[in-house]
Amino acid sequence: MGDDIRARVEGLIKQSRVMLFMKGSKQFPACGFSNQVVQILKKEGVEFDTFNILSDGDVRQGLKDYSSWPTYPQLYVGGKFVGGCDIVTEMHDTGELKKILAG
Amino acid sequence: MPSPEVVRSRLLTAFPEAKIEVTDLTGTQDHFQALVVTPAFDGKSRVEQHKMVYAALGELMDGPIHALALTTRAT
Repeated sequence: MGDDIRARVEGLIKQSRVMLFMKGSKQFPACGFSNQVVQILKKEGVEFDTFNILSDGDVRQGLKDYSSWPTYPQLYVGGKFVGGCDIVTEMHDTGELKKILAG
Repeated sequence: MPSPEVVRSRLLTAFPEAKIEVTDLTGTQDHFQALVVTPAFDGKSRVEQHKMVYAALGELMDGPIHALALTTRAT
């Protein structure tokens, strides 16, 4: 991937400590899996930012290459990739997510 | 669009010892649910396990499969 898009993706990941790349927005999720992670983060009571990957094809492809992860949503905490919908859901259920979010 | 059998056989090629279940969630061959249980996942994080599955599915993840609900574990 090019340096420009890498720098952009890295900047977005660090935009907020808890950063969710998703289809649609927090208010209007455009996919059931994205919505599921939004609802989990709300339940965890944590502040988070979202980025709508449907609004930007460069970021949509660039982040997949950056993280070697082919699907959305993708959750990052403290600049580190946590997982997609299945992993976030599992970690929420086991309490691991709460620990990571607490930092 | 791949059939569940195609997805399953692709995974079985990558993980010959695995217990694999693939379900077509919508009947449209683009939303799947998969369970992969294999000793190959031993000692790997969940993210690493899922990446191994995505790698096995290769180009299928790049369009043909729109969504894959994935459960992985070593035993």
